[in-house]
Amino acid sequence: MTPNELNSPGYDIPDDMKNVVAITTLDKIYNFGRRSSVWPLMFGLACCAIEMIAAQASRYDLARFGMEVMRPSPRQSDLMLVAGTVTKKMLPAIVRLYNQMPEPKYVIAMGACASGGGPFKEGYNVVAGIDKYLPVDVYIPGCPPTPQALVYGLIKLQEKIDGQSLKQVRWYQKGADSVEVPIPMLGPDLIDPRRIPEIKTKAAELAAAATIPNAE
Amino acid sequence: MTTPAPITTQFDLAEKFPGTVSADARPGYAGWIVAPEKLTEVAIFIRDELGYDLLSSVTGVDYLAEGLMEIVYHVYKTSGGPALVFKAQLPRLDPVKVASLTPVWLGAELQEREIWDLYGIHFENHPDLRRILMWEGFDGHPMRKDWKEAFYDDEVKPFKSRWPEGKHAFAEDRSPFGDNVSFEAGFDPEKWTATDPEEALYATLKKYKTVVKDGIATDHILVNMGPQHPSTHGVFRAVVMLDGENVVSLKPVMGYLHRNHEKIGERNTFLQNMPYTDRLDYFNSMSNNWPYAMAVEKMMGIQVTERAEYIRVIMAELSRIQNHMILIGMLMNDLGAYFTPALYAFEERELILDIFEAASGSRMMCNYHRFGGVVRDVPAEALQKLKDLVFERLPGKIDEFDRLLSENEIFVSRLKGIGYLSPEDAIRTSMTGPMLRASGIPYDIRRADPYSVYDRFDFNVAVRYNGDLYDRYLIRIDEMRESIKILEQALRQMPEGPVMSVKPTYQVKVPAGEAYGRIESPKGELGFYVVSNGKPNPYRYHVRAPSFINLTSLEMTCVNEKIADFVAILGAVDIVLGELDR
Ligand code: SF4
Repeated sequence: MTPNELNSPGYDIPDDMKNVVAITTLDKIYNFGRRSSVWPLMFGLACCAIEMIAAQASRYDLARFGMEVMRPSPRQSDLMLVAGTVTKKMLPAIVRLYNQMPEPKYVIAMGACASGGGPFKEGYNVVAGIDKYLPVDVYIPGCPPTPQALVYGLIKLQEKIDGQSLKQVRWYQKGADSVEVPIPMLGPDLIDPRRIPEIKTKAAELAAAATIPNAE
Repeated sequence: MTTPAPITTQFDLAEKFPGTVSADARPGYAGWIVAPEKLTEVAIFIRDELGYDLLSSVTGVDYLAEGLMEIVYHVYKTSGGPALVFKAQLPRLDPVKVASLTPVWLGAELQEREIWDLYGIHFENHPDLRRILMWEGFDGHPMRKDWKEAFYDDEVKPFKSRWPEGKHAFAEDRSPFGDNVSFEAGFDPEKWTATDPEEALYATLKKYKTVVKDGIATDHILVNMGPQHPSTHGVFRAVVMLDGENVVSLKPVMGYLHRNHEKIGERNTFLQNMPYTDRLDYFNSMSNNWPYAMAVEKMMGIQVTERAEYIRVIMAELSRIQNHMILIGMLMNDLGAYFTPALYAFEERELILDIFEAASGSRMMCNYHRFGGVVRDVPAEALQKLKDLVFERLPGKIDEFDRLLSENEIFVSRLKGIGYLSPEDAIRTSMTGPMLRASGIPYDIRRADPYSVYDRFDFNVAVRYNGDLYDRYLIRIDEMRESIKILEQALRQMPEGPVMSVKPTYQVKVPAGEAYGRIESPKGELGFYVVSNGKPNPYRYHVRAPSFINLTSLEMTCVNEKIADFVAILGAVDIVLGELDR
């Protein structure tokens, strides 16, 4: 959104006040503020995080987007950049961090691993994409995505923010402030609390199949 | 070639220990097979009488068909020379048991824990035998050959379900639970109760206790740093017991980035593993490829062309400079000089990455080495850029770092005398790389056991004697200067010619046998132990990761220091999580 768009609410401003008064809509000014100061959570998982740091550094300079303020605390951040391979062992911590972020919050899946498991998908300790647990706003392909690709992804996120309206966003609706994602548990394997009944039925089916010889 | 050839005739262990030790006679294999009951005795002899003081790598191998589990030990002398390899073969019974070698070489501690975790081999008398990469309570020991992951498709790639006749299908559809998880038949998640996985961990720390001092009750405090913490360089976690600000006891906790590199590596074909090695130490993909290529080349018995050797050296040394710069920048971050020095480092890194990108096509994940050379030559413009960088720019930049930091009063007083590691302890705990050399042991594989064309260059092994943080910083500056020297010579001497000695193929033929390739990576000894059984896939593929093994001394160096210094001590070890957890 250019400053021109920001300042064109569809009302006429008298000529003599043109350079003194600006009129805009609440949505636009609110979104302008948010999109220009997205604070990412300082949180790198793997190789992709190095490109994230490179994007912060002088050549690519995320400060141009107001995004250079990486916060180590989830309480102060707006954006979770999942940069790297999500492992089962790490997942409970990631989901907890997400739950601790205040609304409005966004998630970007950076790289093949965070988007779908990437080169390590078949691994026994790898979660095949963070979107199995968290709602992802933007996916950035690449292994690792170049800093340019990351910047492009962030611009896409800004476009998404521009399109939101105060009247509709979930964090101003009635009800709970924020959606809590149930925290996965580390049992004999990763247990997703939302899928407990499903796991139970499946495991029982497997047990039944095992007791009938030559079931196939 | 000026260096005298190292003495290669090995002491005949079989003669010394008849009936206990025998030479490994399998074709393609070397070393000694030691009877498991006598392992400790033989190990002490090897350490004390033969002088192999540095335990480099401990590897588990599962020979399912033979009904054996094997543990392979590689030991070196810090005075230089080739490895002595000895193995213990254990019947694949339940449980598989062997004596721990931690009393002989403390450096076995973390590696034995890893083997327990992944292979289920029980090490008796190990001080702290818990799972290390997976969590406590995980079902099974995943590296065993008969253990299958949830997304299991076929024993080895290329998976027939996809190629040549098949087509791609979602792995999720194949797995009974619709995701990358598997549970035992009849498992009931409702009846399953979570046991606290941290309990065993906390129990290993020095006891939490209340003491009354001057009538005031004081407690020790337990602090968890990580896995998400700005100072742990990724998803590393340390559990620290504090007395006020002082560290009483500390345990590293890892596995948060365990991506099953080795299991995937054993399903891949030999060539397919090359890009995976990039993702180990993701700062130095150029030097990660090298030892893997070296190990496979050894088994295949092929040479690397002259020009390719020089290119490999150049790329590895550039990597080292870039790595050390970032390390210093990040160390400053850890000390509180937030990001300014790191930005200086990133500026140079970008220029070096430009050259990598021109040569290999990718900035970070270069995937550049091939068996027999490198994938393509360095383009002429990139070579010119490289020369400008090496001859004009980088030396001045290193001096700038030196001037900016080395005598800065705050910096010096934060580093001098902190995190002391004695030379004896450094060897005992299997430190390699700058960590070892900063403690006064001039052990650099480029000199101690020269590979490639390093014997043609004139450079010094950087060594510092105080064993504290300040020396660990200074040694990085020294090493960058030595790397510049090597680069200058290499660029002057580099011959023209082809960069591959064999015709590039997708399926290389690797004769049965074993090989260990190692280089002096920026972080220490990076080694690959590869076993082939003549098939298109490695039977065993193990990474000896310096980031991982260099953490053995972490507790030792941190005790009695302040918690703020722990952050710096960890920073100076130079860990990268991709390599640490694999
Ligand atoms: S997508 Fe590639 S670069 Fe990124 S974390 Fe995964 S393996 Fe590393």
